[in-house]
Amino acid sequence: MPDRDPDEMFLRVVDERISRGTLLRRGLATGIGLTILSSPLDAFARGSKTPPTRGQLITMKELIAEAKKEGKLNTIALPPDWANYGQIMSTFQKKYGLSITNDNPDGSSAQENQAVRSLKGDPRAPDVLDVSPSFAAAGANEGLYAKYFNRRFKTIPREMKDGRGFWVGDYWGVISLGVNQNIVRNVPKSFKDLLKPEYKNQVALNGSPLTSGSALAGVFAAALANGGSLNNVGPGIDFFGKLKQAGNFIPVQATPQTVASGQTPIVIDWDYLNLAYGKEFPSAKWATKIPTDGVYGAHYCQAINANAPHPFAARLWQEWLYTDAGQLLWLKGYSHPALFQDLAKRKKIPASLLKALPPAALYAKVKFANAAQTAKAKERVNNDWAKATG
Amino acid sequence: MPYAWLGVVPFFLYAFAFLLLPAGQVLVGAFKDKDGAWSTANISTLFEQQYVDAFRNSIEISLVTAVLGGILGLCIAFAALADGTPRWIRPALTTFSGVAANFGGIPLAFAFIATLGTIGVVTAFLRDQLGYNIYFHGFTLFSKTGIEIVYLYFQIPLMFLVIAPAIDGMKREWREASSNLGASSWQYWRHVGLPVLMPSLLGATILLFGNAFAAYATAYGLTGGGVALAPLKIGEVVSGNVLDNPHLGQALALGMFAVLAAAMLLYVPLQRRSARWMR
Repeated sequence: MPDRDPDEMFLRVVDERISRGTLLRRGLATGIGLTILSSPLDAFARGSKTPPTRGQLITMKELIAEAKKEGKLNTIALPPDWANYGQIMSTFQKKYGLSITNDNPDGSSAQENQAVRSLKGDPRAPDVLDVSPSFAAAGANEGLYAKYFNRRFKTIPREMKDGRGFWVGDYWGVISLGVNQNIVRNVPKSFKDLLKPEYKNQVALNGSPLTSGSALAGVFAAALANGGSLNNVGPGIDFFGKLKQAGNFIPVQATPQTVASGQTPIVIDWDYLNLAYGKEFPSAKWATKIPTDGVYGAHYCQAINANAPHPFAARLWQEWLYTDAGQLLWLKGYSHPALFQDLAKRKKIPASLLKALPPAALYAKVKFANAAQTAKAKERVNNDWAKATG
Repeated sequence: MPYAWLGVVPFFLYAFAFLLLPAGQVLVGAFKDKDGAWSTANISTLFEQQYVDAFRNSIEISLVTAVLGGILGLCIAFAALADGTPRWIRPALTTFSGVAANFGGIPLAFAFIATLGTIGVVTAFLRDQLGYNIYFHGFTLFSKTGIEIVYLYFQIPLMFLVIAPAIDGMKREWREASSNLGASSWQYWRHVGLPVLMPSLLGATILLFGNAFAAYATAYGLTGGGVALAPLKIGEVVSGNVLDNPHLGQALALGMFAVLAAAMLLYVPLQRRSARWMR
């Protein structure tokens, strides 16, 4: 007898004199039944096709059809205001009709890899990841990622991809100085400028170099500006020690909130983040300067979970990100997408986007560290940072 | 009722799953290296300068806030529960302490940054109205002192909550009896009051110590790792974007267990001695 009225159901309970014990037992049985029945249903719902390892082995139509069958994509640790991920996710959802669940938007690369490990076999596991290079290398070696060569793999620069196909570099940026021009009269142009007494209690990093990739890059950039090199970040650590001694350095993590409130008037952070703050907070009059004495860049890496719950949607995501449309959305977020040189050669970049970025000449000196240099720098920072800035 | 013990099974299951099992995992994992083989390398890493400094800072901050919070909480409790105080003060203080003792983490850090930070409300007031810029005179919220000030915000209310029942247990008759026998206030406290309270005082201090020792989010939100503390070190090697060494994190956690175990070892004989009069 269908219960159309919830009150009717309760009346039935009272009339039938369903005892509490009976109700509890029926509830328990329903719970157990639903739990048991839901799992195989879910397993049968997934297609039994094997996802391809090369983008060329499947037509776009087939890929989109398989992805639509999966219906959704799980992403992780993608802040909406980081390199325009907000618009990237919404555009993808609208274009292919897939819904995206973005877990833990402020998560770290370590948490992304950990999510792959601990959620193995769980339908909530992340399908795609965006991690820093050392975690990408660790994840690839540990077998967390699936091999996938997307259609544009050959065009991606050699130093921005994994030869075995476990990850591809997605976008890069350089360390810049973001400045609140309401509070700071003379905008600093280099790391050397930051030591001036007029910047007391004003300079902040995006976290500590022991936990934040951006802060570690800040140390690299400071090292390049102070006579160090990619192999020796000691001068960079000493620079921050000097900055702390001068009273200019505040150990507050620079976030959109501290930028907007004026608590961190000078921020050493990725250029795409500082440029995005400039657009997001016009009242802060946020200027972004590429330091003249040390230009350090780094890229992040796209990877696909080896046990992705939605493998076709994951591959569709990567294919779409490396189309011109996807790459330009990253450029709109002020980062340099992996295929930047190729897009520039084919004159596909709108002039308005190019103008929004700092002049290309400033980026010409950029230096990227490889895995070995990054590992060495991490160890150095791990040993010396607390002492220098303590 | 032969099956009455079944009632505690859920509790033991819960304690096993969420207390004993993770503690066991930490104990075992601390002695493994990245490849899963047995090794004591992580334990020897614990004795490197930066981790020794981190533990020393943690212990120092916890001791200072436990003792200071204990004394201040005790004084507030006495004042609130004294005979002449208006009746409404006690429930008001209890409610406030219940909230404040649990108000920690990032919201607390940001509340203090908004008050005493470089552009905080109080800092700005002192600078603009009284012409005294505390930051130019060497004060900074983002240091060990700053962390201690922030921790006291939840340590004092916690002390109040814990010690108020003990103070309630002190009968007014004892005070009257002792003054009838000619004892001064100081003698009363020295021979009657404090010895009676001492077991509770010690227990509360240990509680405050452990509370401050394990605090993570507050210190992280305030200094972002600028001041080396043991829980922050664990966070760095387990869930950051730079370092990745979970087994070292487990070794650090084992180190924290050791410190707390040492504190308990100090506490037990002290507690026994202080409760001597009750036997």
